[in-house]
Amino acid sequence: MRLALDIITLVCMCEYVCVHVCVCVCTALQNDQSFDFKKEERRVRANDREYNEKFQYASNCIMTSKYNIITFLPVNLFEQFQEVANTYFLFLLILQLIPQISSLSWFTTIVPLALVLSITAVKDATDDYFRHKSDNQVNNRQLQNEKWMNVRVGDIIKLENNQFVAADLLLLSSTEPHGLCYIETAELDGETNMKVRQSVSVTSELGDPNNLASFDGEVVCEPPNNKLDRFSGTLYWREKKYSLTNQNMLLRGCVLRNTEACYGLVIFAGPDTKLMQNSGRTKFKRTSIDRLMNTLVLWIFGFLVCMGMILAVGNAGWEKEVGSLFQSYLAWDTPVNNFLFSAFLSFWSYVIILNTVVPISLYVSVEVIRLGHSYFINWDQQMFCSQCNTAAEARTTTLNEELGQVEYIFSDKTGTLTQNIMTFNKCSINGQSYGAYQYFLINHRSHACMLDFTPFNPLADPDFCFYDDKLLESVKVGDSCTHEFFRLLSLCHTVMSEEKSEGELVYKAQSPDEGALVTAARNFGFVFRSRTPGTITTTEMGRTVTYSLLAILDFNNIRKRMSVIVRNPEGRIRLYCKGADTVLLERLHPCNQEVMSITSDHLNEYATDGLRTLALAYRDLSEDEWEAWSESHRFADKATDCREDRLAAAYEEIEQNMMLLGATAIEDKLQEGVPETIAVLSLANIKIWVLTGDKQETAVNIGYSCKMLTDDMTEVFIISGHTVQSVRQELRRGGGVGKQLHGSPPPPPLPLSNLMDNISGEFALVINGHSLAHALEADMEAEFVSTACACKAVICCRVTPLQKAQVVELIKKHKKAVTLAIGDGANDISMIKSAHIGVGISGQEGIQAVLASDYSFSQFRFLQRLLLVHGRWSYLRMCRFLCYFFYKNFAFTMVHFWFGFFCGFSAQTVYDQYFITLFNIVYTSLPVLAMGIFDQDVPDHRSLEYPKLYEPGQLNLLFNKREFFICIAQGIYTSVVLFFVPYAVLSNATQSNGVPLADYQTFAVTTATALVIVVSVQIVLDTGFWTVFNHVFVWGSLGSYFIIMFALHSQTLFRIFPNQFHFVGSSLLSFLSHMCTSKTNTVIFLSRCHSANTDFVSEGRLGARGGSRRSGYAFAHQEGFGELITSGKNMRLSSLTVIKKKKNFTHTVFLSQNASVTSGSLQEATYRLMT
Amino acid sequence: MMASSYSAKDEDGHITVSGPGGGTLRNKKPENTAFKQQRLPAWQPILTAGTVLPAFFIIGLIFIPIGIGLYVTSNNIKEFEIDYTGDDTSSPCYNCAQNFSWNNTKSCTCIIPFQLDQPYESNVFMYYGLSNFYQNHRRYVKSRDDSQLNGNIDSLKKPSKECEPYASVDNKPIAPCGAIANSMFNDTLKLFYNDPNGTSVPILLTSTGIAWWTDKHVKFRNPGGNNANLTAVFQGTVKPVNWHRPVYELDTDPENNGFINEDFIVWMRTAALPTFRKLYRIIQKNNNMAPTLPRGNYTLVVDYNYPVRSFEGRKRMILSTISWMGGKNPFLGIAYITVGSVCFFLGVVLLVIHHKYGNRNNSANISN
Repeated sequence: MRLALDIITLVCMCEYVCVHVCVCVCTALQNDQSFDFKKEERRVRANDREYNEKFQYASNCIMTSKYNIITFLPVNLFEQFQEVANTYFLFLLILQLIPQISSLSWFTTIVPLALVLSITAVKDATDDYFRHKSDNQVNNRQLQNEKWMNVRVGDIIKLENNQFVAADLLLLSSTEPHGLCYIETAELDGETNMKVRQSVSVTSELGDPNNLASFDGEVVCEPPNNKLDRFSGTLYWREKKYSLTNQNMLLRGCVLRNTEACYGLVIFAGPDTKLMQNSGRTKFKRTSIDRLMNTLVLWIFGFLVCMGMILAVGNAGWEKEVGSLFQSYLAWDTPVNNFLFSAFLSFWSYVIILNTVVPISLYVSVEVIRLGHSYFINWDQQMFCSQCNTAAEARTTTLNEELGQVEYIFSDKTGTLTQNIMTFNKCSINGQSYGAYQYFLINHRSHACMLDFTPFNPLADPDFCFYDDKLLESVKVGDSCTHEFFRLLSLCHTVMSEEKSEGELVYKAQSPDEGALVTAARNFGFVFRSRTPGTITTTEMGRTVTYSLLAILDFNNIRKRMSVIVRNPEGRIRLYCKGADTVLLERLHPCNQEVMSITSDHLNEYATDGLRTLALAYRDLSEDEWEAWSESHRFADKATDCREDRLAAAYEEIEQNMMLLGATAIEDKLQEGVPETIAVLSLANIKIWVLTGDKQETAVNIGYSCKMLTDDMTEVFIISGHTVQSVRQELRRGGGVGKQLHGSPPPPPLPLSNLMDNISGEFALVINGHSLAHALEADMEAEFVSTACACKAVICCRVTPLQKAQVVELIKKHKKAVTLAIGDGANDISMIKSAHIGVGISGQEGIQAVLASDYSFSQFRFLQRLLLVHGRWSYLRMCRFLCYFFYKNFAFTMVHFWFGFFCGFSAQTVYDQYFITLFNIVYTSLPVLAMGIFDQDVPDHRSLEYPKLYEPGQLNLLFNKREFFICIAQGIYTSVVLFFVPYAVLSNATQSNGVPLADYQTFAVTTATALVIVVSVQIVLDTGFWTVFNHVFVWGSLGSYFIIMFALHSQTLFRIFPNQFHFVGSSLLSFLSHMCTSKTNTVIFLSRCHSANTDFVSEGRLGARGGSRRSGYAFAHQEGFGELITSGKNMRLSSLTVIKKKKNFTHTVFLSQNASVTSGSLQEATYRLMT
Repeated sequence: MMASSYSAKDEDGHITVSGPGGGTLRNKKPENTAFKQQRLPAWQPILTAGTVLPAFFIIGLIFIPIGIGLYVTSNNIKEFEIDYTGDDTSSPCYNCAQNFSWNNTKSCTCIIPFQLDQPYESNVFMYYGLSNFYQNHRRYVKSRDDSQLNGNIDSLKKPSKECEPYASVDNKPIAPCGAIANSMFNDTLKLFYNDPNGTSVPILLTSTGIAWWTDKHVKFRNPGGNNANLTAVFQGTVKPVNWHRPVYELDTDPENNGFINEDFIVWMRTAALPTFRKLYRIIQKNNNMAPTLPRGNYTLVVDYNYPVRSFEGRKRMILSTISWMGGKNPFLGIAYITVGSVCFFLGVVLLVIHHKYGNRNNSANISN
């Protein structure tokens, strides 16, 4: 269900249209989306299978499996041979079948190849088996008395509550009034809130099944597409046209909720449904190591060809000078008649025998290692969140080592940095501020002084916390302002209540802010009990009061406030309004001046603490005023054109001259450990950018509370220009100041940025959405990047999902750094997909982000473990693995090259063919795999304590071209030793019985044994962490070599296959020479690794923050709920779950030690740390 | 590796949207095992000056004595080598080398006198050496039929394709087939001791015991068992083109005839390098008192059959004594001494470095 990037962007765009002010971008995009709609159309006639069959629409049977029993082998093999590596080895195999070329038997290639192919095939087969199973299960789901797969386009089907929608349906009628029904679309877009669908009014009256059976309308609509939020079509019925929109559609994958039953006409079935259309192939991400590896493999191929050429030229020379004369002993093969042709054949022969420089097992081993690392991530208890019972999950198994190289983290704010839980923290009533704690540490909140509401109020929510008993006293003594304050909170909202049993209230709030406010009112004795379209029932101080609800003046983003107009039982009409302070304070009655200035001070204070604030006010309305306004409101409501504007004007008209009641302050709790994690990550030289749709003030406050921004910073640049020129100017200013301090070019990775840490100049950049749109333009982006990267923290607020992705792309393009995007909502998907690594927080916002991500877990703080522990280890292991692997294969293969000069360039191999076959898959594969999976240089807690240890990964120090050449050089050196030492030792040597040892077979076994011992010694020296597996694999591999060697050279085997060779010729002498060669190698290694180096650890300083900042208020509300309430449409919606985005503030001050670790040579530091 | 991202599992909602109301949620907490938490007990060797330096010194101290021992032993081995290729006009074999052709039935003999300066104690081994002879060439190495050599009758009649173009002549199979067998070394070397009193005493050369035991007893077998009448068994085959005699006439001793002729076996064990020596004869020590080959003048009589001049090959005759470590092999000793010395030297250098700079390391301890 991962949606294609563009679709997500569109979905998110639409979600954000209301939020985002930058309308021009949206319109451009919306124009863009409606392009390819009407290419052709689809006609569906209800209850007329014959007619519909003419079009051969897909049936509702889905097939996601790729193979069946018969097609498995050919199709799977075909797919596998599309991989370049496999084709290459197939090509080699074919070459080997030509006897004039082949210097090796066919099995040297086919055994490893078959092994690789069969492992992959088994994996594919298992995957496909499960796909078959799930297909079957889905296809055979019951729908009344029919299976899902038998549903056809044009059928009318009945769905019951909590059933999955079987196909894309046009909603015809439902058991609910007005043809409404409710669906949950979590599977489609990850949003867990309920959505309303409504049938076309004419069909909604067709309630009866008999009427439906005779329904013969025809739908003409767009062809199948993957746009989840759009549908356009027309229903023709009884000579009338009705236009259809997405509001009339039930899409496959949704779940019907709170609706007894509904009927729908199948429009798209099976593979044509939007769900299936969206399940496209996923673009696979590759790591930088992958790319480097591919480059290196290409180089190695080049090297291989070069060696082949050199040896072919040698062969030509030899055949001309010696071979032609030697023909009396060794005639040329039949097709060969001159030395050039012989050289040509010899080139291919050498390509075959030298191809082991890039063994097949490289790719398989890399995959196995990554799989192992992924499992370690899945298994990590320290990334398990017990509250939500979610373990970390590596959804992509191929990116692990890139986790060790991340330089930029792009984080969403809401739900990622913050918990999305709002708590009523402070309030100001009539100029009096309540709420005790000025500063506190989240973890140190004591329960001792928490207020206990139960004796006072039996309906109180026991989970509610408040610390200031002054407020409770004030309620108890009956202060009228305080009462009015909470009355407002209990009336002015769009929350739904559910009362399962007496007193057991559950509020379903659309935004957690509202939920928090209503809950606060509930605890202070103003309990919202229930609502109907026209009334609100509350229990005020134990007395049940029913207000008649006259109007809801709904929230929207421009108004930034909402109001209700209610008539109390005494008949007095009052307007209650809550909204953003900036908006509300302008609309107060002039007599509020005094209270307003005090409240304003309080608001500033709250904002400084990072709290989200709201101002509350009321206005008494006379009956006449109400009547007059009601009339104009009705008029505006009925208007067909510009209804929105007219309504807004009507609301504006009445929300005037209000009396200020006070203000509330809500705390948006940071997730556990966020500031610490950010501190640790920034010590690891990872730059964190926060990209949020929130307001600038909110974002900046969160920046402070999670320690991204500090008051120690020299300057925080705020870029909020609306025009290209102003943005450019602001950027230049920022860039200019930055450059003065740290040199003209954007700082190169390590040395300068370290310098920056030490000098006092630290900068931060805050940029908002529309400035960002300008900054991302082609001519300014370089400037933006250089300024932004000179800053320690970057916060982009008010950005659209598309811009999030653009920012990520920008950094990818300009910085060549590894980026990681982390987020939890559907609006983060675009950035999750475009970053090198996408991490999804499996929080409360559904699973959409998780499904699009590569890694998922439930807490932001796990990111430090994922990167600093798992990522670092993965990178280290992969690098060590690759270094060793290339070394091993060069040592193994280059011996043939040297031997070429002594065997007339005839492509004779040094080793026997069994050895060549088994070397990579048996003798040396497991020890290096064990190292690649289990190796650790420092224990996990050390890498968290010393984040600087992460830097080698970012700088790509452990495996790069230079390291590669060192490995290659070492491999070639080993091959020289392996060939020439036996050469010199054996050429004149004899056994103690006089028999010479310089025969080919002795030479082959000596060299092979020496090779196995040398590479084993090398892995022994490379392995830093000897688990039981390493021991078993290393000693087991060595043992298996000797066992297999003795077995292959045994007389029994020879007697059965006399054409294969035979000898057990390892004399004392050859072992002595092994020791000699291995030791030579050892010497070099030891001297290499014993380089003295130092490391420093400097104590950090104590940093604290105080100071002030004007916070803003953000109010996350979705428009339209007020209307739903008053229309009474949703009154049966008993268990409405609304989880929406919240914008929040928390400001917590942390005093934490700011330790910076600098180490000269990190490799050395790691060694020292272990001691 | 491409996967469809859709799966019915997702549609089923099995991916739990976490939160309350999940009812009986299985606890997904990963198991707390050492393996899964990557806390396996492990030995972490750390290379420090304390471990590396002693290693260097120990390696050095072990290798240098071994090397010296090997070198001294090797130096005590006596070896004499004489080149009789005959491409030099002054060489006694010059005429034979000049006039040679494979078709000659009459062999050409040349006589080479030489002198041993030292007496050769115990058994003396006589080798022939060839240079620039590519027994390790790919086409040469594979040009044999091990099955035929192992006495398989079918392979005798129908040699393997690998033997081409030496598999058959006029549709008759060649036994033994292949280029290796065809090019078998066929010079005959005889050794005479010129007594100080003038007589020329032939030296007894043993021609058995020169092949590997496994070759002689396992790998090579005559067709139809070792006791069969070889002439009959090889009926219907022809001798290799370059041979003067068929394979069943290589020796009169039935234990050393046919495929199990040791000269043949020795030749068939191909050399790894283009310059090689092969054991030809053993001169057994027969008298405990006298040296096997006393100091003095000797004569080597060569039946010059084997042409090497065409490809600039060389032929040598080598006499050598043997020690516990085999024949003369100075390289091994030198290699050990070199590696040992390098280790020792590096150890000293690193020790100096460690002493000079090591303190800085120790003082820079990591503070928490």
